[in-house]
Amino acid sequence: MAELTNKERMRIPRQDMPVQDAAARRANFDEVALGLETEAARLEAERCLQCSRPRCVEGCPVDVDIPGFIEAVRTGNLSEAVRIMKTRNSLPAICGRVCPQETQCEQLCILGKKGEPVAIGRLERIVGDWELRERTQALEKAPSTGKRVAVVGSGPAGLVCAVDVARQGHDVTLLESLHLPGGVLTYGIPEFRLPKSVVMGEINHAIENLGIRLCVDHVIGRIATLAELLDEYDAVFLGTGAGLPSFMDIPGVNLNGVMSANEFLSRVNLMRGYDFPQYDTPVKIGERVVVIGAGNVAMDAARCSIRLQELHGNGRGEVHIVYRRSREEVPARAEEVDHAEEEGVIFDFLTNPVEIMGDEAGKVTGMRCIRMQLGEPDDSGRRRPVPVEGSEFDLPVDTVIFALGTSPNPLVFVEAESLSRSRWGTVIADEETGRTTTARVWAGGDVVTGAATVVSAMGAGRRAAADIHAFLAGELEPWSDSET
Amino acid sequence: MYEILHKERLNPTCHLMVVAAPGVARKARAGQFVIVRTDEYGERIPLTIADFDRDKGTITIILQEVGKSTMEMGTLRVGDGLATFAGPLGHPTEVQQYGTVACVGGGVGIAPLFPITRALKEAGNEVVSIIGARSSDLLFWEERMESVSNRLIVCTDDGSRGRQGVVTEPLTELLEERPGQIARVWAIGPAIMMKFASLATRPYKVPTIVSLNTIMVDGTGMCGGCRCLLEDGARFVCVDGPEFDGHKVDWDNLLSRQQFYREEEQQAVERWQHRCQLDEAVARGGS
Ligand SMILES: Cc1cc2nc3c(=O)[nH]c(=O)nc-3n(C[C@H](O)[C@H](O)[C@H](O)COP(=O)(O)OP(=O)(O)OC[C@H]3O[C@@H](n4cnc5c(N)ncnc54)[C@H](O)[C@@H]3O)c2cc1C
Ligand SMILES: Cc1cc2nc3c(=O)[nH]c(=O)nc-3n(C[C@H](O)[C@H](O)[C@H](O)COP(=O)(O)OP(=O)(O)OC[C@H]3O[C@@H](n4cnc5c(N)ncnc54)[C@H](O)[C@@H]3O)c2cc1C
Ligand code: SF4
Ligand code: SF4
Ligand code: FES
Repeated sequence: MAELTNKERMRIPRQDMPVQDAAARRANFDEVALGLETEAARLEAERCLQCSRPRCVEGCPVDVDIPGFIEAVRTGNLSEAVRIMKTRNSLPAICGRVCPQETQCEQLCILGKKGEPVAIGRLERIVGDWELRERTQALEKAPSTGKRVAVVGSGPAGLVCAVDVARQGHDVTLLESLHLPGGVLTYGIPEFRLPKSVVMGEINHAIENLGIRLCVDHVIGRIATLAELLDEYDAVFLGTGAGLPSFMDIPGVNLNGVMSANEFLSRVNLMRGYDFPQYDTPVKIGERVVVIGAGNVAMDAARCSIRLQELHGNGRGEVHIVYRRSREEVPARAEEVDHAEEEGVIFDFLTNPVEIMGDEAGKVTGMRCIRMQLGEPDDSGRRRPVPVEGSEFDLPVDTVIFALGTSPNPLVFVEAESLSRSRWGTVIADEETGRTTTARVWAGGDVVTGAATVVSAMGAGRRAAADIHAFLAGELEPWSDSET
Repeated sequence: MYEILHKERLNPTCHLMVVAAPGVARKARAGQFVIVRTDEYGERIPLTIADFDRDKGTITIILQEVGKSTMEMGTLRVGDGLATFAGPLGHPTEVQQYGTVACVGGGVGIAPLFPITRALKEAGNEVVSIIGARSSDLLFWEERMESVSNRLIVCTDDGSRGRQGVVTEPLTELLEERPGQIARVWAIGPAIMMKFASLATRPYKVPTIVSLNTIMVDGTGMCGGCRCLLEDGARFVCVDGPEFDGHKVDWDNLLSRQQFYREEEQQAVERWQHRCQLDEAVARGGS
C-alpha cells in the first residue's frame, strides 16, 4: 500500500463510532458505542501524522506512546499495538471507553488545531478489545521475592498497583469490601458504557496469571485495621477511592424517593437491579426523575433512569438534569452529554434546588428550585453561580438523585492516626511515589485526589507500585511516620 | 462461600444459623452486624451478630422470614454456603459499668439483645431484662436471656406466656418502681416497638439506646440508603450506628423509609412463592 502524504492524510475524515440507535438503546442496557470496524480503524490510524514531538502524549496521564501504537494499528499489527500500549497502560479496553479524551490526549492532538483530532480513544478501545479476545501478551511474573503486599481497594488504582507489584515477584493480596472487584468500574459506571464482561475479563486475567489473592467482603477498618495489615504485610497500598456520597443541606433530603447516585447506581449496576425480579435487589424509578449535578455520575444516573422508565415504567416519564451552572461548565465527558441528550434527558441549566417537598406518607412530590446566574469567577476560575432573587419555581418530581461530589470513605482510617489527611478527608501522599505519612503505606487514586478519573487513578497506582518495588528490593531508604 | 454449620428453627418464622466466618469472628463484638447475600442473584441484607465463637471461627445469626431474601435463606441447609458474609460492621455497643440497666427485646430483636445483655452483665451491671413477642410460639431464647439477667420479665401480646401485654408496660413500671435508679435502657426490636420504648423512657430522662434497622445496600457508608434522621441531622446507620439515642430519632421518617420498597418486596415474595410451588409440582411429577 502506497504511503499517503500528510495532505492526503488530513483529507480523511474522522471515523464515526457506530452506535446503537437512540430510540432502541433507551430500552436496553447493552453497550451504546459499538466499536470501530477494522477498515474504519485503519483509516483512522492513517490520519495520524506521526508527529516527531507528539503533543497528544503530553495530554495522557500515563504517557501512552500514542503514535507508536497507532502506527501498529495502521499496519494491521495489533499484537505489536498491544505490546506498545501495555508498557504504559494495562487496561486499554477500559480507558479507550471511559477516558475523557477530549480534555486529555485528543485535546492536544495537532490535528485538532484545524480540524478534528485523531480518535485516539476509539483506536485504543480496538486494541484493548482485540487483546481481550486474543490474549497475546502474557503477564509474566518475576521469581518470587517472598515479600508480601496488601492492596486495599480493587478500583483502577488498586488493580494497576496489584498487577505491577505482582509482576515484580511479590506476593499480593487484594482486599475489597464489596462482593465484586473493580471499584467504580463495577458498581458505578453502567453496563451500557462499560460492559462488566470487559472489566471482569481484565481483572480475572490479571489475577489468574499473576497469582494475586483476591479477598472480597473484606472491609478494612473493620475486619482488619491498617495497623494489623502492617503487622502482616511488608507494604500496604490504599486505593479505597472516594465513595462517600454527599447530599445538599436543604429541607426534605430524607424523604422517600431521594437518594444518592451511589445508591441508585449500586442498585442498578452492582446488584443488577435493572433485571429485578430476576435479581433480588429492587430499584425504584419514578415518572419524574431529577438528577442534581452534571458530571459523569449525573449522566450515568440520568441515562439509567431513562432506561428503567422504558423497561419497568411503560416508557412513561421524564428525566431532568438540574445543574446550577451553564452548559459550558458541564464537567462530564462530551460524548456522555451528547448521548444523554439524544436519549431524551432534559437539561435545566442555571437552576438550583432549594427544597424538596413530600406528602404525608413521606414520599417526594416536588422540588422547589431557584434560577441562577453566573457572577464573578471563583477559586476554580469558573464563574460562580448566584441565585436570582425571587425566581423560585416548583418542579413536580417523584425521584431525586443527588450526583454531587463524593469524598473518601473514612472506614479504612480507623486506628490509623499517623496517616495525615487534608481537610477534605483525602490522604496526603507524595505525587511521584504515593508515599503517605505512615511508614510502609502508599496511597493513590481518588482517595488522594478526590473524585478524578480512571486513568489518573491508574497512573497513581503504577507510580506507587514502582516505589513499593524499589523499597522492597532495598533500593530505597525506609521512612518513619511523620506529621507532614 | 461461607458454610452453614448448624441450623435450627426457633419458631415458625425464625431460624438460627451458625456460619463459618473466621475473619469476622476474630473481630466481632456485641452490637455489630454482617451483610449477607445468599447467591449471585441475592440482595445484600443486614443481620445482627447474635453470637460469635472466636476459637471455632463462627458467627451465629438469627433471621426472621419477612420477605423474599429471608424466606429463601430460611430454605438453606447445613452444608450450603452463603455468597457474601461481610463484617463485622457498625460500632460495637458501648459497654461500661452503669449500675442498673434494662434490656428490652421484642420478637427477633431478642437475638441481637442477647450478646449485649451478656456483655453488660459481665461488666458488672445489674440487668433487668424484658422480652416480649406476639405469642409464646414466637418467643425464643428465654433461658439464654435468663442466664445473663438478674431479673427477666416475659410478656406476650396474647398472654400465652408470661404476663399479657407489650414490653413497654413492664418497662414503665420498672421506671416508676425504681425512680432514678435505671441508668440506661437498651431497646431492640421492630421499629415501632423501639419508638414506643423510647417514648416510655423519655419522661424519666433515661438514656435509651436503640439499634436501627433501616434498609441497606453496601453497609459500608457508600450509598447513604440507610440514613436516618436525628434531631441534629442525618446519619448513616451502617457506619455511624447501628445504635443511637432513641430520644433523638425521627421515628416517623424511619418507619416511612422502611416501607419504600414495599410493592417490589411484595412482588418478589409472590414470584418466589410461585416458583417454589412450581418446583414442588415438578418434584411431585417427577417422582
Ligand atoms: C458513576 C461514575 C462514572 C464515572 N465515569 C468516569 C468516566 O467516564 N471516565 C473517567 O475517567 N472517570 C469516571 N469516573 C471516575 C472514576 O471512576 C474514578 O476516578 C476512579 O474509579 C477512581 O479509582 P480508584 O481506584 O481510586 O477508586 P474506586 O474506583 O472508587 O475503587 C475503590 C475501591 O475500594 C473499595 N474500598 C473502599 N473502602 C474500602 C475499605 N475500607 N476496605 C476495602 N475496600 C475498600 C471500594 O469498594 C472500591 O471497590 C466515574 C465515577 C463514577 C462514580
Ligand atoms: C443493622 C441491622 C440488623 C438487623 N438484624 C436482623 C436480625 O438479626 N435478624 C433479622 O431477622 N433481621 C434483621 N434485620 C432486618 C433484616 O435486614 C430485614 O428483615 C431483611 O433485610 C428483609 O429482607 P427480605 O428480602 O426478606 O424482606 P423484604 O422483602 O426486603 O422486606 C420485607 C419487610 O421488611 C422490611 N424491611 C426490609 N428491609 C429491612 C431492613 N433492612 N430492616 C428492617 N426492615 C426491613 C420492609 O419494610 C418490608 O416490610 C436487621 C437490619 C439491620 C439494618
Ligand atoms: S489512556 Fe486515556 S488519555 Fe491516555 S491515550 Fe489512552 S485514551 Fe488517551
Ligand atoms: S498529535 Fe495527533 S497527529 Fe500527532 S502523533 Fe499525536 S495523535 Fe498523531
Ligand atoms: S448501607 Fe449504604 S451507606 Fe449505609
